Amino acid sequence: MNFRRLIISVTLAWLTVFVFLPHLLLVGTSVMTPNPDHLVVWPVTLDSFEKVFTPLYFSVFWHSLELAAIATVICLMLAYPFAWILSTFNSRTQALLLFLLILPFWTNSLIRTYAIKILLGKKGLVNATMINLGIIDEPIQLLYTEFAVIFGLVYLLLPFMVLPLYSSFDKMDKSLLEAGRDLGAGTVQRFRHIILPLTMPGIVSGSLIVFLPAMGMFYIADLLGGAKNLLLGNVVKNLFLVARDWPMGAAFSVIMMLMMALMLLLYVQANRLVSRKGGLHDSNL
Amino acid sequence: MIAISNLMGPSKEGKGSARWAKAGQWLFLGAIFFYLYAPIAVLVVNSFNQSKYGHNWKGFTWKWYEKLLNNQNLMDAFWHSIAIGLLAATFATLLGTLMAYALYRYNFTLKRVTSGMLFVVMMSPDIVLAITFLVIFMALGIHLGFWSLLIAHITFCLPFVVITVYARLNDFDGNLIEAARDLGASEARTFFTVVMPMSMPAIVSGWLLSFTLSLDDVIVSSFVTGPSYEILPIRVFSMVRVGVSPEVNALATGLLILSVVLVVVAQLILRKGKSQ
Repeated sequence: MNFRRLIISVTLAWLTVFVFLPHLLLVGTSVMTPNPDHLVVWPVTLDSFEKVFTPLYFSVFWHSLELAAIATVICLMLAYPFAWILSTFNSRTQALLLFLLILPFWTNSLIRTYAIKILLGKKGLVNATMINLGIIDEPIQLLYTEFAVIFGLVYLLLPFMVLPLYSSFDKMDKSLLEAGRDLGAGTVQRFRHIILPLTMPGIVSGSLIVFLPAMGMFYIADLLGGAKNLLLGNVVKNLFLVARDWPMGAAFSVIMMLMMALMLLLYVQANRLVSRKGGLHDSNL
Repeated sequence: MIAISNLMGPSKEGKGSARWAKAGQWLFLGAIFFYLYAPIAVLVVNSFNQSKYGHNWKGFTWKWYEKLLNNQNLMDAFWHSIAIGLLAATFATLLGTLMAYALYRYNFTLKRVTSGMLFVVMMSPDIVLAITFLVIFMALGIHLGFWSLLIAHITFCLPFVVITVYARLNDFDGNLIEAARDLGASEARTFFTVVMPMSMPAIVSGWLLSFTLSLDDVIVSSFVTGPSYEILPIRVFSMVRVGVSPEVNALATGLLILSVVLVVVAQLILRKGKSQ
C-alpha cells in the first residue's frame, strides 16, 4: 500500500471507529428502552426525551443552565478586558503572559478544584483574610454553596475564554480605530461599532468553549457544592455509572450536542458578519 | 474606564492619565493572575506545613512528601497518569501529524467529513465525549482500563495536534515538497525527510499540548477507567472528597515542578530547532 493510501485510511479508520460510530451509538442509545441487566433493550422509544421535561429532571437541567450561564458571563467580563490589555503589549510580554495563563493546567484540574476547596473553607485564606481586615466577625459559609461552584467554574474555565478573545483582538486591524476617531466617533461609538463587532467571533467561540463544558464539570459540584446534583454532569454521571439508566443519560448528552450545534451556527453567523464588515476572513477556531 | 479608553489608542489628555491607565491595566492583570495562582500557592506552601489542615504555619516539614512516597496507591496512580500522558501524547502526535499532512496534501472523498469529525471532538463538552467513548468501548467489548484510557486520551488530543501541525504546514513553502518529489523522493521519504523536520516546532508544541490535556483530564478518565488501571484524578477524587489530604498538596507541588522542567526543556529544544 502506498503512503498516501496508508495515511488516509488510518485517518478515516480511527475517526470512524472512535468518533463517528460512538456518536451514532450515543444517539441510538438515547432512543432505546433502559434495562438494568442489559443496559439497553428494544423497542425504540422517545420516553427518555419526554422524561427530560418532567419537573424532577427539568429543574436540575434548568438550574445547571443558569449556573453555567452565570459562570460564562463572569468569565467573559474578566477575560474581555484581559485579552484586550494583553493584545496591546509587545509580543514577548504577550507570549510570557499567555504562558503564565496556561501553566496552571499542568496540575490536574481536580487538584486545582481541591485547592479552591481549601481556599474557601471555614478557616481558609478567604475567610481568614476577611476576618483580619475586619469585614466579617465570624467565618461565613462559602464552601458547599452555589457561589463556590461558580467560583470554581470560573477559575477552571477562564483561560479558555481568554484564548479565543485574545486571538480576535490580535487580528483586529488597529487602523480601523484611528479611522473611526478621525471620522469623529467617540469612545463608546468606536467600541460599539468597531471593537465589539470585530471581536464577536471571539466572544461567541469563548462562550461556546465555556458554557457547555461548565454544565458537565461534575467534580466541581461534588467537591465545592456538596453532595447535591447541581450540574447536569452529576446527573449524567449518576445515570450512567450508578443508576444505569443509559438511555436517559444519553438523551441529556444528545440535548447537549444539539445545543452545541445551535451555538456553532451562531458562531458561523458571527464570523460571516465580521467578514462582511471587513478585517477578518478566516475563522479563528 | 480610564484603562478602557487608553486601549482605544493615544488619549487626548496628558501623559499623566496615560500612566494611570497603564497602572490600572497592570493592576487588573495582576488581580487575574492572583486569582489563578493563589489557590495553587496555598497548596505549595501547605505541602511544607507541619499543620495538617494548613490554617496557620506550624513549621517546615518534609513529612507529607514522605507520606506521598509511601502511599503506594497514590504513587501507582501518579505513574499510571504519567504513562498514559506520555503514550497518548506520543501516539496522538504521530497520528495527528499524519492526519494534518493528509488533509494538507491530498484530496480525498470524505475530506470535509474528516475535518468535521475532528472539529466535533474539539468542540464537544468533555462529558459528551466521555459517554461516546464509554458506549463504544462497551459495544466493542474493550475492557475498561489501560487500553480504553489510552484510546480515549489519544482521540481527544488528536484535533489539537492536527490544527497545530496543519497551521505550520500551511505556512511553509509547498514547492519544497514538489522539489523533493521531482528529485525522486517517494511520498513517504518526502514526508519523513522534508515535512517532518520542517514542522518539528509544531510537532513539539502539539505533543506538549496533548500531554497537558491528558494530565489535566478528569471527566473522560472518570468514565473510561477501570479498577485494573487507576489514574490520578480517580485516586485523588476519593481522597479529597471527604477531607483534607496533605499528600495531595505534595503531589501538586511535584506536578508543578515537573511541568516547569518539561516546559524549559521544550523551550531549549525549540530554540535549538530555530537556530539550525
